[in-house]
Parts: sequence; C-alpha cells; structure tokens
Amino acid sequence: MSRPADIRLVIVKIVLFAACLLPLAGMLWDLQQQNLGPDPVAALEHRSGDWALRLLLITLAVTPLRQLSGVAEVLRLRRMLGLFAFFYASLHFAVYLFIDLGGFWRQIFSDIFKRPFITVGFLAWLLLVPLAVTSTRGMMRRLGRNWSRLHRLVYPIGLFAVLHYVWLVKSGQKIAVREPLVYLAIYLLLMALRLPWRRWLAALRGKAA
Amino acid sequence: MKRFRIPPIPSSELTPEPVYLQRRRFLRELGLSAPLLLAGCGRSDEAAAVPEPTGPTGAELQASRPSRWDAKDALTSWRDATQYNNYYEFGTGKGDPARNAGRFKPRPWTVEIAGHAEVIGRFDLQDLLKPHALEERIYRHRCVEAWSMVIPWVGIPLGECLKRFKPTSRAKYVAFTTVNRPEEMPGLAYDVLAWPYREALRIDEAMHPLAILAVGLYGRELPNQNGAPLRLIVPWKYGFKGAKSIVRIEFWERQPATSWNLAGPSEYGFYSNVNPAVDHPRWSQASERRIAGSGTSLFANRVPTLPFNGYAEEVAGLYAGMDLRANY
Ligand code: HEM
Repeated sequence: MSRPADIRLVIVKIVLFAACLLPLAGMLWDLQQQNLGPDPVAALEHRSGDWALRLLLITLAVTPLRQLSGVAEVLRLRRMLGLFAFFYASLHFAVYLFIDLGGFWRQIFSDIFKRPFITVGFLAWLLLVPLAVTSTRGMMRRLGRNWSRLHRLVYPIGLFAVLHYVWLVKSGQKIAVREPLVYLAIYLLLMALRLPWRRWLAALRGKAA
Repeated sequence: MKRFRIPPIPSSELTPEPVYLQRRRFLRELGLSAPLLLAGCGRSDEAAAVPEPTGPTGAELQASRPSRWDAKDALTSWRDATQYNNYYEFGTGKGDPARNAGRFKPRPWTVEIAGHAEVIGRFDLQDLLKPHALEERIYRHRCVEAWSMVIPWVGIPLGECLKRFKPTSRAKYVAFTTVNRPEEMPGLAYDVLAWPYREALRIDEAMHPLAILAVGLYGRELPNQNGAPLRLIVPWKYGFKGAKSIVRIEFWERQPATSWNLAGPSEYGFYSNVNPAVDHPRWSQASERRIAGSGTSLFANRVPTLPFNGYAEEVAGLYAGMDLRANY
C-alpha cells in the first residue's frame, strides 16, 4: 500500500535523479558538439571536479536541512546524492587518469606522493569508495552501529576535497582562489551547523541563571 | 654567418589555414622542404583561398621563411592559438583575452629603450622594425601549466634589434615591460600580479638568434589577445617569459625582479627554461598536452616534454656549468 507521501517521495527521487544526470549530459553534449574549447580534457576535468564537490557539499547539507526544516524525508535523498558525488569524483579521476595522462598514467604515482593537491584529492576519492560500497540497505543492517561510525568519514572527505581545490590554484592568483574559498566557507558552515549549539546555549543560560 | 633567404612570400596570403596545415603535412610526408616548394608553387594556390570563418584575420605581413628554425610538429590551429590564451591583463580565464581584448588599441605604438645603452629614447614601432626583414619561425610554445602549442610566428631576431641600441658593458640583463592601460585591459583592475607585467632575460639569452620579437602569427598581424603589437618569444623557456604588448625595453646591470617570480618565487624561477626534470611544485613537467592538429582528434595528445623545449642543441651552451635545478 503506498501512501500519497510515498508517491511524492518517489517523484522527488526521480526528478532528483534526472537532475543529477544533467551535468553529465551537458558534458557529453558539449563534447559531441566540440564546445569544450581548445583543451577539452581540462574542461572535462574542471566540470566533473566541480560537480563532484558540489554534490558532496549538497550531501553534507542534508542533515542540517532536516534539522532546520523539520522535514524528515530529505534524509531519504541523501544516499542518492552521495552516490552521485562519488560518480562524478570517479568520472573526474578517470578523465585525469585515462584521457589526460593516458599513456603517461604512471605519472599518477608521483602525482599522488609528491603533489599535495593530488594527494588530498586522491584521499577524498579513496575514502569515498567504502562509503559507496556500504551504502546499500543490506550493508547498513549488517554494519549496525558501525555503519554510522564509518560514514562519519564524509567529514574529512569534504575537507580533503575542498583543500584539493584550494591548493591547485597557482600561487599569487588572488582572484582565482576566491571560488575555492567560497566552497571552503560553505563546508565550514555545514560543519558548524552540526555543532550542538542548542545544548551549549542552554548550558550558558543555565549558568547565568 | 650568412643565411639562405628565399624571396619574401606571406604564407597566409596564399593559403588559408586548413590548406596551409594540410600542405605542410603533405610536404613533410614527401620529405621536401616547405619553403622551397612554396616559393615555387606560390600563386597558383590563390584560387583555392576560400575565406575561412575561423581562419586568420588581420593585416598580412611579408615574411621570409628561414627553415632551419622550423619545428616539424603539427601546427596549432589559428583558432586555438587565438582563443586559448594566458594574458592576465585581459582576465585569468583562457577565453578571457579573446573576449576582452577588443577595446585594446595596438596603434599607434611606441617603445621606450632605456638603461645601459648608448642609444636610448622613445621609438615608434615602425622605426624599431624597419631595418629588419620579417621572418616566419615555427616554434613550439610550452606553457608552464603543462600544455603546449606549435605556432608560426612572424617577427624579427631580438638580438639584432637590441644591438642597434649599443648596450654598454654594464648591460647584463634586459627587461621587457608590458603596457599598463586599465581602461583597455579589464584584468588590471585585479592585483593578480605585480603590474605592469615585467619579464627579463640575461643579455646572452636575449642575443641568442632563437629569441625573437614577434609582430604576427600565421602570416598576419598579432591579434590583441596574443600580445599585439609586439611581444617576446623565447621558445626554450616557459611561455610566461614572453612578455606581451611591450612598451619598454631596459638594459639592467643587476637581475631585474620579474612579475611571476615575485608572485611565486618557489614556483616560477627567473630562468624558467623548459625542463622535464624539474617539476612545478603542483604538477609534473615531464609531459605536456599538445594542443595542435586540425581538430580531428578529440583530445589533445600528451607528449613528452623535451629539455629546453627541444632546443637544447642550440641553447644548452648558454647554461654550461650552471645547476639547472637550483636555477629553475
Ligand atoms: C582521485 C583523485 C583525484 C585526482 C587525480 C584529481 C585531479 C584533479 C586535477 C588534475 C584537476 C585540475 C587541476 C588544474 O586544472 O590545474 C582537478 C581539479 C578539481 N578537482 Fe580533482 N582530482 C581527484 C579527486 C577529486 C575529488 C574527490 C573531488 C571532489 C569531490 C575533486 C574536485 C575537484 C575540483 C572542484 C577541481 C577544480 C575544478 C575547477 O577548476 O573548476 N577532485 N582535480
């Protein structure tokens, strides 16, 4: 028996799924139309990276959104958003490894060990793998309390992904660093919203009284 | 040394870019020297010169083509060479220069010669160029960001031009300053770099015959986004050494401070010779994405980066005994 609320959720999920595919569709379209400019590899790298990071931050926004709005159903969109973040991160990695580096793929090892921006990017992607693998309902049940412990990894992952972007900007480029700093600010805000402000405020009031 | 000269024929007058590209490839396959053949078959091509919407624009230049400098690689298309630029005075995006350089006025133009030289003063660009024959040089162009192009520049040998101003024995370096016009160059509103942009060479580097002052590409006058009307090309160094829209050339005794070196001394050295063995702190310099070809391949090919961008035979002697890791 499906209640109207369930149907609404299914519709929202379908719309969200389609929306999450739009960036991919845009990339494929521009690729087919040769709209990606003289250096299409760089364009694909930037767009897939941007969307991986955006979706990761949107995923991180779900819990605060639920708390602020009181709508519990938003939690049920979280897995899809997280998996799409992983999807775009993997696409991003694949473009770098197979199209950008191509025959020079062995360079990835020195990149990971020598270049802090790649190190943290790779770490973010690597840590996303166990989260994606354990995102099924069965895994949730099997892992029990450990599931939420494991999935707390998303906090450092978010930080690594933001640092990856902040650090790749050429030094001296004060404007270019503006956009990654906006992402950093959003990340910090989303983390701050998770702090137990209410309890702290109550405690403060308790002390004052 | 006397160099073999062919009669000046502006290559692009005869040949729209795709044909130009095709023919160069064809000639290479035949193993023939392009300039000689071009000189021979010149005018008969005129009928085939269909206007190409994305092809070269701008006034044509008369240039000779001393082929001994020509790179054998496939050329970057006119479109890519003029749409994908780093010229921060017009914005930091690769497409910004082409978008924002429309208001820039490269004419009239004067260049100030200053510092340790017997002849100094302000010179009209035409007077600066007049004594020299324009030459076409097909050079690899390696950006420090690990992408590269192959571009047919038109210009004059830098050293021959500098000698006319009789640098004194105290002239150990030459500095090149880019024009500073905030009204015409929107990127100057942001302090991305220490404006005005300045680059410099050691005097022996500047005197090397490979270094040129370019006034054109693809047989046409430089588009604004490529550094009109006068820019430096030093093909064995990373692209940013090639100051654009030059208004001042000054002979220095001490090594001048340069814009990118000031912005990131650990990342952008004074020399900045192309060197696959010395990585940028944030990326490898061992290979590069070559933006070239007729657009038939979807993605730029990655190719190995060569020491001194493939000009080691000509220029490595300038750095004999120098530690190129310390002097990056
Ligand atoms: C798997 C390892 C990863 C590698 C090897 C990698 C590599 C790269 C490279 C080469 C660039 C372009 C740098 C440049 O243009 O100079 C880049 C940009 C970027 N990456 Fe990654 N990355 C990885 C993981 C990630 C992850 C997990 C995220 C986000 C969740 C991410 C987000 C970004 C963003 C936002 C950009 C900047 C895009 C822009 O400039 O607009 N990357 N990455």
